[in-house]
Amino acid sequence: MAITSIKNLKEFSTNNDRFEGAHTLCPGCAHSMIVRELMNCTDDNLVIASNTGCLEVSTAVYPFTSWDTSWIHIGFENAATAVSGAEAMFKARKKKGTLKDNDASVKFVAFGGDGSTYDIGFQWLSGAMERGHDFTYICLDNENYANTGGQRSSATPIGAHTSTAQAGTHSYGKKQKKKDIVAIMAAHDAPYVAQLAPNKWKSMAKGFQKALETEGPCFINTVSPCCTEWKFDPKDTINITDLATDTLMFPIYEIINGHELNILYRPKNVLPVEEYLAAQGRYKHLFKPENKHVIEEIQKNINEYWEMLQRREEARV
Amino acid sequence: MQDLKLKAAEKRGIHQLGGDELVGWDEVTQGIILTSFEGDASDIVHKKAEERNYSDFNSYTATVASWRVKKPVFNIDVCIDCQNCWVWCPDTSIISRDKQMLGIDYDHCKGCEVCVEVCPTNPKSLLMFGEQEDLETALSQWPEKKKKEK
Ligand SMILES: Cc1ncc(C[n+]2csc(CCOP(=O)(O)OP(=O)(O)O)c2C)c(N)n1
Ligand code: SF4
Ligand code: SF4
Ligand code: SF4
Ligand SMILES: [Mg+2]
Repeated sequence: MAITSIKNLKEFSTNNDRFEGAHTLCPGCAHSMIVRELMNCTDDNLVIASNTGCLEVSTAVYPFTSWDTSWIHIGFENAATAVSGAEAMFKARKKKGTLKDNDASVKFVAFGGDGSTYDIGFQWLSGAMERGHDFTYICLDNENYANTGGQRSSATPIGAHTSTAQAGTHSYGKKQKKKDIVAIMAAHDAPYVAQLAPNKWKSMAKGFQKALETEGPCFINTVSPCCTEWKFDPKDTINITDLATDTLMFPIYEIINGHELNILYRPKNVLPVEEYLAAQGRYKHLFKPENKHVIEEIQKNINEYWEMLQRREEARV
Repeated sequence: MQDLKLKAAEKRGIHQLGGDELVGWDEVTQGIILTSFEGDASDIVHKKAEERNYSDFNSYTATVASWRVKKPVFNIDVCIDCQNCWVWCPDTSIISRDKQMLGIDYDHCKGCEVCVEVCPTNPKSLLMFGEQEDLETALSQWPEKKKKEK
């Protein structure tokens, strides 16, 4: 495969973007930062499928497309299915020698939001992973159903206010913890699974390249801060991502062949989670005295998870 | 109304998959194929935007300039070509060529200010100004280098 140089940002910037402007994602939306990076990681032909969600509706505003590659949208839940089908057909035709260019290097990628990945498209994704297609699935995790007005999903963390898990006099927002999608995908015995963040552009680019190069089904959960629903100023998208990775709210790591865990970013100064929470309107209510226990619980969860990751990294099991 | 839609669709050469009847977006039944380029697109990855044969369907040919209230202005004298603004611009609006930052694509920039936030120089090489401000006036107001706070 033709991967592009990511030695430093100057080299990386010599790539010609294949994701075009005048899409209609909100100003400052991290979805497009992630998609641009994926597409700039390789010179190969890309076949991309998107689930319904902000990315899909904003990049296919009839009669426009923002994609300079083959791109397909079918429904909310079936990007993994669509791309599986394309990949299976490609393989079959390659074997028969009936492709227009039989030596063409093609990579298959699916994008889904957390709503379509963790919830509504979950079984379709699981099926494609289990069947072992050669593709990379990237979840743009903004922890809510952003495109329909910010409903809670199983990716929404405990304590966050959403339109269907509202904070108020009787509630502190979502009651349940975030689903551990990375562990679930690793349990599919996938050759490459990772959690990555756009502020750490290099580890994200490396992870994307690894996934594209690895044969078989790869899954990457990416943190995608959503200024509209997380309620912060659009200019702060990367600042918020820095807080997410430096408080370890979003640890950056990969799991190879289901067991070899590598931590990809260790903050020099781990920040208290309050700093991340205080920067976003969706957690505002947690700073009332009666909700102090929720912040404590979030911090406890973070500490325990970080401990678990470090032990698994050491144990290689 | 129907006529207008058909005319608009005709102008853009839109056709429904499997037929040659022109349709508006709300009449699509089976699906739509849009082509991003005119003619051969096999080597697009090696072509810069200005060398590409974009079709009218490509959003590159559209603009979101009207979304902006403020715009980022680029001061080339301070820039160190680090490419932070390039990698994090959500709207593919930083024009970088041969490792150099050349300026902003104001057709696609939405004025989010992310590029200004991530610019590391002192003073910054990108700053926000009112949409109507001209370049010369903006550059004449550029702040001096800030002393490090202790
Ligand atoms: C089967 C089905 N259920 C619901 C919807 C409505 N719907 C469209 S986009 C969307 C939200 C998508 O959320 P997510 O997957 O997290 O992506 P985001 O918009 O947050 O990027 C929903 C619920 C749909 N199109 N199809
Ligand atoms: S609602 Fe959030 S995810 Fe959707 S386009 Fe806006 S910022 Fe991006
Ligand atoms: S203001 Fe936002 S959209 Fe405009 S160039 Fe800067 S980062 Fe890109
Ligand atoms: S971030 Fe600032 S210094 Fe770096 S390339 Fe952009 S304008 Fe120049
Ligand atoms: Mg979402």
